[in-house]
Amino acid sequence: MKSPTLTAAILAALLPALRAQAPALNGEPFIHDPSTIAFSDGKYFTFGTGGGGLISEDGWTWHGGAQRPGGGVAPDVIKIGDRYYMAYARGGGGMSGGHASNVYVMWTKSLDPQSPDFKFNDETVVASSDGIEDCDAIDPSFLLDPTTNRLWLSYGTYFGYIRIVELDPKTGKRVAGNQAVNVAIDMEATDLIYRDGWYYLLGTHGTCCDNVNSTYNIRVGRSRNVLGPYVDNMGVDLIKGGGKLVAGASGRFVGLGHFGKLDLGDGVEKFSIHYESDMDRGGRSVLDIRPLLWKDGWPVGGDNFWGGTFEIQSERSGFALELAVDFVRMPGGRGGFGGRGGRGGPPVAPGGGQPAAPAAPPAPAPLPLIQAQTLYDVLHTWPAGNIDLRIGDYMMRPHQKWTISPVTNAGGYPGSPYFKVLIADTDRALAAAEGNELMTVPHFTGAPEQLWRIDQLTDGTYRIMPKAVPNSSEPVALTAAGASTPTLARFDPKSDKARWTFKRP
Amino acid sequence: MPALPPEISLTFRSRTSYGGPFRERLLILHTKIGNPAKGVTMNTFRRFAIPIIGVLAVVAFQDSSLAQPAGATPPGAPGRATQAAPPDNKPRTIAPYFTPAASSPKAPDKEGFIQRWLLLEPINKPNRTNTVFTGTYVRNTFNTEFFPNQFTVVPRDGDKVKVGDQELAWHALDSTGFNVKLFRFAYGLNKTIYGVIFWAVTVVDSPREMENVRLAAGSNSASIWWVNGKEAVDLFDDRRMVMDDVVSKRLTLHKGPNIIRGAVINGPGLSDFCLRFIDENGAPVKDLTVNLGSAGK
Repeated sequence: MKSPTLTAAILAALLPALRAQAPALNGEPFIHDPSTIAFSDGKYFTFGTGGGGLISEDGWTWHGGAQRPGGGVAPDVIKIGDRYYMAYARGGGGMSGGHASNVYVMWTKSLDPQSPDFKFNDETVVASSDGIEDCDAIDPSFLLDPTTNRLWLSYGTYFGYIRIVELDPKTGKRVAGNQAVNVAIDMEATDLIYRDGWYYLLGTHGTCCDNVNSTYNIRVGRSRNVLGPYVDNMGVDLIKGGGKLVAGASGRFVGLGHFGKLDLGDGVEKFSIHYESDMDRGGRSVLDIRPLLWKDGWPVGGDNFWGGTFEIQSERSGFALELAVDFVRMPGGRGGFGGRGGRGGPPVAPGGGQPAAPAAPPAPAPLPLIQAQTLYDVLHTWPAGNIDLRIGDYMMRPHQKWTISPVTNAGGYPGSPYFKVLIADTDRALAAAEGNELMTVPHFTGAPEQLWRIDQLTDGTYRIMPKAVPNSSEPVALTAAGASTPTLARFDPKSDKARWTFKRP
Repeated sequence: MPALPPEISLTFRSRTSYGGPFRERLLILHTKIGNPAKGVTMNTFRRFAIPIIGVLAVVAFQDSSLAQPAGATPPGAPGRATQAAPPDNKPRTIAPYFTPAASSPKAPDKEGFIQRWLLLEPINKPNRTNTVFTGTYVRNTFNTEFFPNQFTVVPRDGDKVKVGDQELAWHALDSTGFNVKLFRFAYGLNKTIYGVIFWAVTVVDSPREMENVRLAAGSNSASIWWVNGKEAVDLFDDRRMVMDDVVSKRLTLHKGPNIIRGAVINGPGLSDFCLRFIDENGAPVKDLTVNLGSAGK
């Protein structure tokens, strides 16, 4: 009989895998209005309303500890050169009944409170609202235009217009004589991003700060000009209330707000947000990081991968990752076109030979179900030790089905923990091998080469990377070196060789 | 009663699938129709074969491009143009698919494919279907000693080996296409075309030691390839030939000669293979030469 402690431990170990939806990060990711995530001194940082913020070593487990002066609300951070510029607002937001507010910008060379370079300088006002006009100067967000190197700042909230002003990227101060431009109405927590000739203005619609009843959701419009007009997918100008949905409530997460893009390079884009209410954490507001997908020129909020049992299909060949074992035929087959007697043709003799003599039509009989091949039909044919891999025609066979599940306490990467990848119903694990090659080992041990990072790419496919490769520090990804041969190689974002999809078996 | 011309069965095959069972059925159909004395009655022939021949004829007339053998490719347009196979009543030849290997070294083609090979006439190994070509089957078969030193010999053009009751010759040839059409090699030499094993050897000169290259092979059907005596690539099951289908793990080519050896097994179907070296990025390695030396004389 199991002890209650043991049962609880087993349940605790199983719970992550039993979830239908990835959790919103690990640790204590409690925050409201998180800034765009920045990387400083080997760590990830985000700052929220009130003065504090979160720090993470790996992007998966987050703790409090980030600091910034000034208090106020909804900061944003951008790194330009060796400076981190931080914008935030004091006043406004309807808090204490007012909409008079200032947006401040200051800079530091480190975001890490432990660093000697952690010192904010030159705080200056870059935008204001007087409390009467149709604007409330809070929720600032930076964009350094990659085509012009000009620095823009959007701000505003549900009280009137969203505005854009220009700052000097060398100082963070407002460009002299610059006039604010109205680009949208009644949004919150706006963010500007640029991609493929389009400027995107993202922001939050709906009700803030109402826990599980918050209707916050993220919307977008786009423009060829940074100063607008920004229109949605239906041609509705954001200044007339338009906005295409990017991400809304789902599963256990309610009230998505404060979008920030996190570009991890190599075509991996993610976005940070807060949930007004994480129903698995008592309804607290928490940070999450999710994949950012693109469809027909529009950003789409993806969901973090959380495992299951799948075919792992190569985008290169359409074949499936599989053990390099002998193909075991199922009973039947070789009975002619479409199966024995198919196509309404004459009966075929066993073995597919000469047609049998005509006979009286048999009475209709129910067609039998064919049982799928099971693991136990083939397991005895597999070697006991390490087994190589290949990519082959998917046939729903046991050597092609993979169960992927998160591994607790093994670290992670922005948005997710590491995963183990096992042949379904076995402990046989996918592993990186020395020389940037692959193998499966009979038992999962939790070794770094058996842990896998799975990032969804902007087209919806996935990049799969080992946490470590023996005797190598080079980051590599699961790659189809040939149509039928997998390996590990540096990820090439321009090729389908290292793109994979997970399909239900 | 006339036999069903081989072009028709090839046409039908090219329109549909290279798959083993289907291919096998066609072979059976061809055999039965072409050899009525072996068990097909005239009534059976009328009932089944004539309608099928009719359908095939219609298909052939509807798309004249299909009235070509799938493997026919003249020099100058590898893999694209089509050319009718020589009728059975004409002398067979391995042209235009092969030319004798010249004595001067030969570079791979512009995509890096190695075209110069020593090919052994096919060893009989009857198989009615390619679905039996599991790794275990193919390894056991190739590990059978067919002729002395089969894993080490670099033969000379014209050398002969005895395999069972077969006396088979090595031929030093240049393929005119990117792929080596083993079916055309066997057919042109009036040898067994189905249910066969082909052995192939070549010697690749590398101007320097090349690390982290991969041998990339495609074959119809299964095959194993060795580089300098070590197994590098295996292709199992009922395979189509696809360039860069299976690639080796990263390997090193020595400066100077490197011996590439392969064996291809096929039941029914158009046996062939293509082979090249690729670098870490999948780009072809082209600064190699193939020099069979005295072997090619």
